Amino acid sequence: MSAHTHVEGQLPHEPEKATLEGRNKVLGFWLFLGGETVLFGTLFAAFLALRHQVLDGPTANHLFDLKLVAYATAILLTSSLTSVFAIQAMHQQKVKSLINWLIVTVLLGLGFLGLEIYEFVHYVHEGHGFTTSAFSSSFYTLVGFHGAHVLFGILWITLLIIQLMRKGLTVVTAPKVYVAGMYWHFIDVVWVFIFTVVYLMGKVV
Amino acid sequence: MMNRWQFVKRLAPLMALMVLVLAACGREDLSTLNPQGPVAEEQFGLMKTAIIIMGLVIVVVFAISLYVIIRFRRRPGDKTIPKQVEGSHKLEIIWTVIPIILLIILGVPTVQSVFNLAKDYRDDPEAVKVIVTSHQYWWEFEYPELGIKTAQELVIPTGKTISIEAKTADVLHSFWIPSLAGKIDTNPGGNVNFMYFSAPKEGVYLGKCAELCGPSHGLMDFKVKSVNPDAFDRWAAALQEPVALPSDPAIAAAFESKCLTCHAVGDMGGPAYPNLTGIGSRESVGGILVNVDADDKKYDHEDTVYNNLYKWIKDPESIKPGNNMVNQYDLTEEELEGIAKYLSELTLNYE
Amino acid sequence: MAHAHAHAVKRYSGIMDWLTTVDHKKIGILYLIAGGFFFLVGGLEAILIRIQLWKPQGTFVSADTYNELLTMHGTTMIFLAAMPLIFALMNAVIPLQIGARDVAFPFLNSLGFWTFLFGGLLLNVSWIVGDVPDAGWTSYAPLAGTTYSGDHGVDYYVLGLQIAGIGTLVGGINFLVTIINMRAPGMTFMRMPMFTWTVFITSALILFAFPALTVGLAALMFDRLFDANFFDPSAGGNAVLWEHIFWIFGHPEVYILILPAFGIISEVISTFSRKRLFGYSSMVFATILIGFLGFMVWAHHMFTAGLGPVANALFSIATMLIAVPTGIKIFNWLFTMWGGSIKFTTANLFAVGFIPTFVMGGVTGVMLAAAPADFQYHDSYFVVAHFHYVIVGGLVLGLFSGLHYWWPKMFGRILNETLGKWTFWMFYIGFHLTFFVQHFLGLMGMPRRIWQYLDGLGFNEMNMISTVGALMMGIGTVMFLMNIVITSVKPKGVANDPWEDGRTLEWTIASPPPEYNFAQTPLVRGYDAYWKEKQDGHSGMTPAEPVGPIHMPSPSILPFFMGMGLFIAGFGFMYSPDWGQFLGTSLTMGHFIGIVGLAITLICMLLRSVIDDHGFHIEEEEILKDLGGKA
Repeated sequence: MSAHTHVEGQLPHEPEKATLEGRNKVLGFWLFLGGETVLFGTLFAAFLALRHQVLDGPTANHLFDLKLVAYATAILLTSSLTSVFAIQAMHQQKVKSLINWLIVTVLLGLGFLGLEIYEFVHYVHEGHGFTTSAFSSSFYTLVGFHGAHVLFGILWITLLIIQLMRKGLTVVTAPKVYVAGMYWHFIDVVWVFIFTVVYLMGKVV
Repeated sequence: MMNRWQFVKRLAPLMALMVLVLAACGREDLSTLNPQGPVAEEQFGLMKTAIIIMGLVIVVVFAISLYVIIRFRRRPGDKTIPKQVEGSHKLEIIWTVIPIILLIILGVPTVQSVFNLAKDYRDDPEAVKVIVTSHQYWWEFEYPELGIKTAQELVIPTGKTISIEAKTADVLHSFWIPSLAGKIDTNPGGNVNFMYFSAPKEGVYLGKCAELCGPSHGLMDFKVKSVNPDAFDRWAAALQEPVALPSDPAIAAAFESKCLTCHAVGDMGGPAYPNLTGIGSRESVGGILVNVDADDKKYDHEDTVYNNLYKWIKDPESIKPGNNMVNQYDLTEEELEGIAKYLSELTLNYE
Repeated sequence: MAHAHAHAVKRYSGIMDWLTTVDHKKIGILYLIAGGFFFLVGGLEAILIRIQLWKPQGTFVSADTYNELLTMHGTTMIFLAAMPLIFALMNAVIPLQIGARDVAFPFLNSLGFWTFLFGGLLLNVSWIVGDVPDAGWTSYAPLAGTTYSGDHGVDYYVLGLQIAGIGTLVGGINFLVTIINMRAPGMTFMRMPMFTWTVFITSALILFAFPALTVGLAALMFDRLFDANFFDPSAGGNAVLWEHIFWIFGHPEVYILILPAFGIISEVISTFSRKRLFGYSSMVFATILIGFLGFMVWAHHMFTAGLGPVANALFSIATMLIAVPTGIKIFNWLFTMWGGSIKFTTANLFAVGFIPTFVMGGVTGVMLAAAPADFQYHDSYFVVAHFHYVIVGGLVLGLFSGLHYWWPKMFGRILNETLGKWTFWMFYIGFHLTFFVQHFLGLMGMPRRIWQYLDGLGFNEMNMISTVGALMMGIGTVMFLMNIVITSVKPKGVANDPWEDGRTLEWTIASPPPEYNFAQTPLVRGYDAYWKEKQDGHSGMTPAEPVGPIHMPSPSILPFFMGMGLFIAGFGFMYSPDWGQFLGTSLTMGHFIGIVGLAITLICMLLRSVIDDHGFHIEEEEILKDLGGKA
């Protein structure tokens, strides 16, 4: 049951599930994402309740630039794909390829974050600050919570890359990489909802 | 099964008796158990149905509990192992189905009543419309059709449906007249609630704030006074008549500069705070200092109109902590007495 | 399995042992101490409230202080007393009941405790500072906003609960995974003890309910600290939105509290009736159904908020439905006792006393579910009576029962039975005196949360009775404390199965259990695993594995510092406008302190990720020594 039963090189096909600790971690993380779903669900509900309360600030329709958001979406979706490649590489025990794909994922995440920051700065110049209206507060809170998740994911995966470089792929590092991958997919899915509910609906109704 | 039903039959009158006892509970002008109008009566009816059903449940559970506790207690030194029963489908179905039936019995009138009490009389020409605005810690009553505004005392004609529109000027409050109707929250930001009620009998009913709204939440009482329709018309007319300032010019000046900056009297003054027109003939000062004749004073919060006004104006913080009148003015003793006297004589004759 | 190279690992003693422990049994004791402490604080607040209401127009405390007392009483009792005391029993019992050596995430378990404790301390520091939350435990906006609550009181509420909430969420996930992944061989889901089942469902409710509170509190915090407009009507915010968010969390929270009590009662009644739990599978089904329906009924707290007749009707009916599974449970308990051989230990007195009491709380719940009638009950003392019948008459009686029942397992000593029975009668009679009359006060027109009531309204006598009852409950609690002290000076050493009628796995091992719980993981052959073996003439469980070295997680101080970091951060952000600039920069001193606090927490997370925990092994010889030749 100990976490280091297996020596490197003899890793099983799914190293993340080789130990009880690993299985616990994966299951626990699934459940955590269940809680995160409620968290974002509540944020979405708050946003939907308040999104028409723009007061003197700019309206969603006036504000949003779909082109920019579409780029950000494309970048984030691609990063989800690269994280899948990373996990595949892990299952084939190609540590180097795993690390490379993770690096690509992080870079794409940074790209997304950069666009988001640019977008926010732009909005503030348009008169859409955090305190402008109930719409602006709920917008920045929802999208900002997601952005903070992306930032946390970038820092986390970076840390894992360093650990993989130093310790290699083991039954200890494998579950960490696997749940980080789950996390990355999750924030990707959340973004798809944000794109639909916040941006597309903001343009339409 | 036969036994069970006989048991229930015998129990029902007992329950009915209990309800009767309940009905005698509490003051006529305050208790939900002593309803004085059709809305409160409908609600009390539903309460009675629920109490009877729930009383049955309680009696059954208590009876089984007592029986089990007495019959099956372990004798000292008893080492026997009772039969290990897994369960009983028959019993389990019984105590699933019976509650469902009981809930249907309660659920049907509940749903009917929900829709019945949600009727909107705001466009009914027969109904008297009142816009209730709650403030920390007082109530404003506006009669939009009559163009009048008053405070703390909601005067209504007997028998007429009163259509209430409720909102708040600050935090959440809840508008409740236990003996006439259940409560409705007053929400901020254009989120207006409505309800209705009526009082067939003349009388004064106590109203309460039922949502925590700050330190003086418990003191935010108001009165509902139902008078016959003619008296109501006279009251509404009297309220619109011009009011003279205090005859003593010094008092009048103090009153104008220190009271009318916020309060309104007749057609004078500002509308932001309780309208004082006719305050001398209201049932209470500040909602809780009840006005009585000097000889009838029984409790700490009762006194003559003059004394109550004097106490209130002198130190409102001691009466309702945290209210907005605190530290807003500075009156000499003479001014204080003069204004209290003036206000105590500011009456409306309509009864 | 057999690779006996132990790592050198620090094993602390004394205070450091308690600060660093990841042993679920010790964490259970920590929860018990901290939760017990907050229970006393909340109880004291309750008694002060009752003294104020002893007579009409009382002046024992000021109106401001009264609102602080009622807010802190509710908040403390729910989040800082009831929840941790439940977690105390969960930690002490669940791994033992499922035949596990540990929980799934020992480190997170410790983290959950320390964040709860630091959150609770942050909330209560408000008393020392003098800015105490005073907008009710529900903290409805706009009263809880800065316009109407300008001091830092509600900030303490927001941040203290946010930090404590993290701990609860982490704990919920931990127990879900523990129960799913770490059951002993043969312990299928439908063989799990009832307490384990209820904790399982409760943990699931925590997982899906607490994030809503997290968002609500974050939004309120943004409103208060960063001038956001979620609940500020003057800037387009919506006060009713807060009510929705709060109750979407708040109603499941009620079931989070009561379900474990159901579990405790099931265990205790079954044990002391020497009978298998009647209708086990329908009990499981009812538990799941209650958990599910718990999410469908939040708006019954808002019948008077003006949601309209359709919503009110739907939520009325949904709420009434909960009576059905609850009724199933009540009758199953009664029929567990039926035909049994009932021994009235203190634990069982509390359990049996629970049944009629909880039924009374339940039926008033159904009465409240009828929306039109609720227009009369809502926010009156009727509601106060109802939820105290459910939470005190339900949960607290359940907790007392569970504590008396599992005390020998946790501490190796049986609580004094005579004093225990005195505790029961004093608390039980006091409880009914306090709260029974409050039903009538409410119906007679007394709103809740009022600082004073006027004389002559007919409220005087019943309020006086209520206060006397509250004092009796206080005396009962003091008796329980005395019992703990008296018992703790007696020598340890009760048998594995001190009640002699134990049915579940925790009674097969020493009291208190060794660090690794089970020397050999037991093989479970049916429901009531230990009882089954006893009935088949066996003295203990059949082991599922040979004796071998056992791997244990290392203790760690990091959770303590992570909790402390959040505490510091909460303080800093709260006082960001008050303490001037940090060394002449544009950063305020408060923000600087807040960032330092967050940094402490993040660095601890970093260390946890980077430094692998290899744990250590308890060697075969040590285990055999513990077994004392029995093997």
